[in-house]
Amino acid sequence: MNGRAWKFKDNIDTDLIIPARYLNTSDPKELAAHCMEDADPKWIGKMQTGDFIVGGENFGCGSYREHAPIAIKAAGVSAVIAKSFARIFYRNAINIGLPILESKEAVDEIHQGDQIEVNLAKGEIKNLTTKSIYKAQPFPEFMQKIIKAGGLIKYLKKKR
Amino acid sequence: MSQTISQKILAKHAGQKKVEVGQLINCKVDLVLGNDITTPPAIKEFEKIGVRKVFDKTKIFLVPDHFTPAKDIKSAEQVKMMREFAKKYGIVNFFEIGCMGIEHALLPEMGAIKAGDLVIGADSHTCTYGALGAFSTGVGSTDMAAAMATGEVWFKVPEQLKFIFKGKLKKWVEAKDLILYTIGQIGVDGARYMSMEFTGPTIAQLSVEGRLTMANMAIEAGGKNGIFEADAKTLAYLKKTKAGKGIVYKSNPDAEYKMVYEWDASKIEPQVSFPHLPSNTKPVSKCKNVKINQSVIGSCTNGRIEDMRVAAKVLKGKKIHKDLRCIILPGTQEISMQMIREGITETLIKSGAVVSTPTCGPCLGGHMGILAEGERSIATTNRNFVGRMGHPKSEVYLSNVAVAAASAIAGHIVSPEDL
Ligand code: SF4
Repeated sequence: MNGRAWKFKDNIDTDLIIPARYLNTSDPKELAAHCMEDADPKWIGKMQTGDFIVGGENFGCGSYREHAPIAIKAAGVSAVIAKSFARIFYRNAINIGLPILESKEAVDEIHQGDQIEVNLAKGEIKNLTTKSIYKAQPFPEFMQKIIKAGGLIKYLKKKR
Repeated sequence: MSQTISQKILAKHAGQKKVEVGQLINCKVDLVLGNDITTPPAIKEFEKIGVRKVFDKTKIFLVPDHFTPAKDIKSAEQVKMMREFAKKYGIVNFFEIGCMGIEHALLPEMGAIKAGDLVIGADSHTCTYGALGAFSTGVGSTDMAAAMATGEVWFKVPEQLKFIFKGKLKKWVEAKDLILYTIGQIGVDGARYMSMEFTGPTIAQLSVEGRLTMANMAIEAGGKNGIFEADAKTLAYLKKTKAGKGIVYKSNPDAEYKMVYEWDASKIEPQVSFPHLPSNTKPVSKCKNVKINQSVIGSCTNGRIEDMRVAAKVLKGKKIHKDLRCIILPGTQEISMQMIREGITETLIKSGAVVSTPTCGPCLGGHMGILAEGERSIATTNRNFVGRMGHPKSEVYLSNVAVAAASAIAGHIVSPEDL
């Protein structure tokens, strides 16, 4: 995975990721069109497929709407890197197969627009602009299995 | 073996004697809940798994409450999808308009939850049922889909926090203020991934309704669940709702907590959370010249009959400020009916408030009271994020019922004491 970094502040809540006024649909494309709208209305026009969202603490707090990681995934974001994630966002992201990485160091040192490369299997974040490498928290084995299968549903299907 | 209530319930449902913090476990669930926003994606995922039936027709609860009565075509389609899914799989507990309510007001009231249950819901405020001594937490739509198929869900055993409240509450202070105060103290991520256990003499004095309000907002501190030990009041409530008693768990005195907070509740004033985080709390006496355009009383946090009684007490014989809208949202049909029986509805309408059918409505900026640019609302709801009740440049101030009602009369945020 390779793309630019888009930085967001601490406590990015799910209403900022996908405002409730758009929740009368669950169509990923429609949701993606409004992704991060209340945090930065111009973002969706500026970002490109493959880019990264870099958040601060408690990314994805607020409601349990899976629409939030779905919108991010459908917008074409490679992965979300944050200092920490709200519990349900973490859970939902794994369940739908949106890669997420936790690293305080990486977030502190990555700047807006830096070129980032991520190796998920190794949990490695490379900042190509500053030539630095960061290690993200590895996932427990059970979660790795879900992520590897491409999400909880595919994992269950395989198990059956 | 020293465990907390939450850990004991998790262990029981995982078929284990004991669980360790951080352990990944698979639990059997007693109830799976979904609403009109989260169920449609869950249905799509469920169909992908390829099972022919749901794990239990009586243990899945589908409550269309967010955009209902359907506010537009898309919302109507979402509910239609739920209705058809319920029919196809013989799901008993689908709640049509006319017998519905806001999910977290409806389920405890109808006796769906017992002490010791393990409940998941594809809605963040599923944590509400911890008030009844159940382990109850919100999950996503994919989890809901998996649970509808298998009756199971994965959990990481959370760390535990204890909150002890002592002292007698001041006049006009409600359970809501205890939880707003807590969130103000520990922040919106102060309990992230953790269980919040509420206890102490003040809690023992609270009604079950008040505890439901507190547990409801555990998620606003980032908590996985909020829980109360079931006591005589809980058991009386469970008896009244015909839920059955369930299993009453108690935390061992030497159970391990990451943190124990102890607060003197007699010093706590009514709280107001300023935009745009529930943790931006101030005592109401410090709210000067906050003019408001709207007051919303209701939601799954404060839409129960006790709340309606407080609203009526403050608004009786008074008039809503002429520059302001006051919108009242009872939690369920049953509550609406009780309000009529007690003359509450008449009191409220006479004061100039509007009384709605049960719906989430403006709580999440859906319908029935959306804010325009630059407008402000005081609300007894649970979230005041940017754009939560409408325009991204509108503002929501969270409070208890008495303050929201008093402010509706004054036109700005005040304590009923200062009316
Ligand atoms: S009333 Fe508000 S917080 Fe409660 S379930 Fe509805 S939208 Fe969510």
